[in-house]
Amino acid sequence: MTHDPVHQPHSTVDHAAMGIAKEHPTWSTYWKVAVILTLITAIEVWIYYIPSFVASRLFVPSLLIMSAVKFVTVVLFYMHLRYDHKLFRALFMGPLIIAAVTMLGLMFLFGKLSIGVGAPN
Amino acid sequence: MTHASAAHGTHAHSAHDDTHGHPPTSTGLDNKKIAIWAFIGSECMLFASLISTYLIYKRRSVVGPYPHDACLPPLCSTPLPAILDIPITSASTFVLLMSSLAMVLALAAVEMKDQPKRTTGERILGSSKLWLWMTALLGATFLGFQAYEFTSFVHEGLTLRTNLFGSSFFTLTGFHGAHVTVGVLWLLSLLAIDYRRGLGPKDAINVDLAALYWHFVDVVWIVIFTLVYLIK
Repeated sequence: MTHDPVHQPHSTVDHAAMGIAKEHPTWSTYWKVAVILTLITAIEVWIYYIPSFVASRLFVPSLLIMSAVKFVTVVLFYMHLRYDHKLFRALFMGPLIIAAVTMLGLMFLFGKLSIGVGAPN
Repeated sequence: MTHASAAHGTHAHSAHDDTHGHPPTSTGLDNKKIAIWAFIGSECMLFASLISTYLIYKRRSVVGPYPHDACLPPLCSTPLPAILDIPITSASTFVLLMSSLAMVLALAAVEMKDQPKRTTGERILGSSKLWLWMTALLGATFLGFQAYEFTSFVHEGLTLRTNLFGSSFFTLTGFHGAHVTVGVLWLLSLLAIDYRRGLGPKDAINVDLAALYWHFVDVVWIVIFTLVYLIK
């Protein structure tokens, strides 16, 4: 195993003893993730200033998708959820799903979201 | 317990494993790391309720100022522009994202403290003090942006009591700012330990807990920035 700290920041990790399936990312990966997060944020702000795009039906979905990508990227790479024990994933994903479903339920209840079923003509 | 297992929340199942004076857990995982993930899970629901409240009250304010639209007479006694300042908030969002990078580099530096550093680049990347300082300073900068935003909003006539937007906005972003403040204090306490006796691989679990909290605060802001500031 190499001892180059730049390319193997977790070279001392004993995967077999810890039951970790994948090694944590390297420093260069962390920098790449930061660049990706910055680029997505720049795109989000850029499209905010394009009136024709803001008026289109693509505006909100594209912002939500970009936000979700940033969220997932931070959770997987910076919070190491992609690499750590599955119990941590369950502890995070369980409440997150409950929270998301609760939010959607409240949006429907208060008329912020609607579906065609039962809607008045 | 190896420092590697401390960093990643797992204990080796050795009879000689003292795990900081605690017996090995039945899961083999560090109790503190399980606790922080359970706490983060509960925080998801807290912020979901605050964000839901904001979204439900959105566009239901009877009087201005409004977040994305100008408020004209007779709704406002004097014309008021849209109150949200996207360039300022974009800058603060960038600052918080970079603080997450600094935090993850701080954790890596603590985990690698015992590794030899041959080049200047390795010494910079391996300096836990540098990256903890960077994280704390970027967090404090974010709080400065928020203080500026809140002050300018109050000067423009938006307070917690002005309208539904003001109530839900200040509550949501105020709670988030309080979390960032706690995170900065946590980072400063880690820095104090680092200066006092040095943070090494055996402390990686404690730095990891702070890092998880800090990244969570970051992901909450990612959601708030989109739902509150960008979506009109």
